[in-house]
Amino acid sequence: MTDTSVPAASGVRQFWRRLRTQRAALVAAGVVALLVLVALAAPLLTAVEGQDSTTYHPSLVDSARGGVPIGSLGGANADHWFGVEPQTGRDLFARLVYGARVSLGVALAATVVQVTIGVTLGVAAALGKRWVDQLLSRFTDIIVAMPLMIMSLALLAIVPSSFPRPVLVALVVGLIGWGNIARIVRAQTLTLKELDHVLAARLSGWGTWSIARRELLPGIAAPVITYAALLVPTNITVEAALSFLGVGVKPPTPSWGQMLTAADVWYQAAPQYLLLPAGALFVTVLALTVLGDGVRTALDPRAASRLRIGTGRKRESKTTEGGAA
Amino acid sequence: MSGFPGFVLRRAVGAVVTLLAISVIVYVVFYVTPGNVAQITCGPRCSPEQVDQVARQLNLDDPLFLRYWHFLQGLVAGQDYSTGTSVQHCSAPCFGLSYQSDQQVTQLIWTKLPVSLSLVSGAMVLWLLLGVGTGVLSAWRRGRFSERVLTGVTLAGTATPVFVIGLVLMIVVCGELRLLPFPQYVALTDDPEQWAWNLLLPWLSLALIEAAAFARLTRASMLETLAEDHIRTFRAYGVGERSIVGRHALRGAFAPVIALNANNVGSAIGGAVLTETLFGLPGIGQELVHAVNVVDLPVVVGMVLVIGFFVVLANAVADVLYAVADRRVVLT
Repeated sequence: MTDTSVPAASGVRQFWRRLRTQRAALVAAGVVALLVLVALAAPLLTAVEGQDSTTYHPSLVDSARGGVPIGSLGGANADHWFGVEPQTGRDLFARLVYGARVSLGVALAATVVQVTIGVTLGVAAALGKRWVDQLLSRFTDIIVAMPLMIMSLALLAIVPSSFPRPVLVALVVGLIGWGNIARIVRAQTLTLKELDHVLAARLSGWGTWSIARRELLPGIAAPVITYAALLVPTNITVEAALSFLGVGVKPPTPSWGQMLTAADVWYQAAPQYLLLPAGALFVTVLALTVLGDGVRTALDPRAASRLRIGTGRKRESKTTEGGAA
Repeated sequence: MSGFPGFVLRRAVGAVVTLLAISVIVYVVFYVTPGNVAQITCGPRCSPEQVDQVARQLNLDDPLFLRYWHFLQGLVAGQDYSTGTSVQHCSAPCFGLSYQSDQQVTQLIWTKLPVSLSLVSGAMVLWLLLGVGTGVLSAWRRGRFSERVLTGVTLAGTATPVFVIGLVLMIVVCGELRLLPFPQYVALTDDPEQWAWNLLLPWLSLALIEAAAFARLTRASMLETLAEDHIRTFRAYGVGERSIVGRHALRGAFAPVIALNANNVGSAIGGAVLTETLFGLPGIGQELVHAVNVVDLPVVVGMVLVIGFFVVLANAVADVLYAVADRRVVLT
């Protein structure tokens, strides 16, 4: 059982205090903040450079040699900071920063959809009648059994292509990937609903909805936030993978995964065409994963300190803090 | 029935029920979708009359449950298809005919399956060896510098998309160093040596990513076991550290690793789709991507159901293994 007796306000403060003590998580948070800033300021950044992400520059690629960027370093110069895309001559810097928008935007939107569905169905299963629980739980089992990548890939086949692609990818990934959240929320709600303050609310004649909103949601926040923080990097990878396969975000909208589709052909002439999107993906997913781990440690210090037992390293500060919670 | 055989039987029945439910969901989602199935089947340039004709051929006017029933019949007992003048028998399990090539989806699956099975099974051996090995090593070297290096490497592994590591491996090993030729699938039955040699890079790409999760899990479960009382007793009896870590603590990691392996079969198949596409291996994944791009619904549905079959199978097998490995598991 978790520390549900801790009032919400001090819980938030405690969370920040514990997050701040982890150096790796702090660095990761900084990187994530920077990436979000780049994504938000994409139009500004490209305006400073004086380019945009969709204009073709046929004069900058050598059509006689299959569209290799002209000049050394893949056509990088003062006008095109990171060079240009092979064949089309589109500005690589602009595509990279707009790609950050797609990557983070799609992943966040998908996570919001997953959390919304997962929390709703999880709470409904735990509070509903027995047959409701049975139905929802079996449905969740089936959803969990279907691989996220495969189902997203397959679903993208049947949606009309007129639909805006990034929205579509976020929706599809969101509609399939909620299974584990629903399971976690159901389990947590089942535990919570037997606690005294919830029973008291029920005896006072509160409706199911008020109980769910005011007594249960604060209690399931911690596990949901923990899991959602780890879902974001997963969703980024899935979007990149789908776009890499050519079924996700489609040109002219740039996406890091999509940029890598043809990168292997051009790696000698324009290595940054491979290295930049690959590096961007790696840094983003790594930073989000480390941040997610940090969030988990801050919300559930006991889980983290358990793993340090027996290492012979100093652990007194962490354990006392966890024990006091 | 009670006891172990009863447990296995119940688990098998549960797997079949799950598969049936998956087939219903997949059928409903793909054949009753917002998009007009007849229009998709016929292609974008069809006239309204042609679309109507296709709709009649597909029995789209029948009620949904009847259409699903026909689909299920085909799966279990096979079905006859009239293609123009001749009648083609599609034996069970029949997923229908490809919209694109009129080829039977089942035949397509049989030709593609060996490639994907070779890829995933070989990679699985590698990721279990690499992952558990790394986990054991970092539990053994806990608190030292080498453990921190290993932890960093595995963290980087979890953060790298499989197609990025595959791309880099392919470019470095095949392109720059020329240690291996660019992979080309050779059937195991044709030439086992060439089969393994060509699959080496795809195996590695898939395994390196998956191994990271196993390394983290193995390390965590072993550290947890190492903190337990019976380990202290072993130490008091003077059992050596190597034996404590390598035998007793490793036992604690066994059950979680089995569970994770079953869970990861789904994501590994997702990774296999990317690996196959990247290396040009003619497997289920590559075919699925192609079918999605040309909206060949029977192929998409067939592939999804076959993949679902393997995921459900893996989970059922893992449950049984789990019960064998850990006697404390309550058999329900």
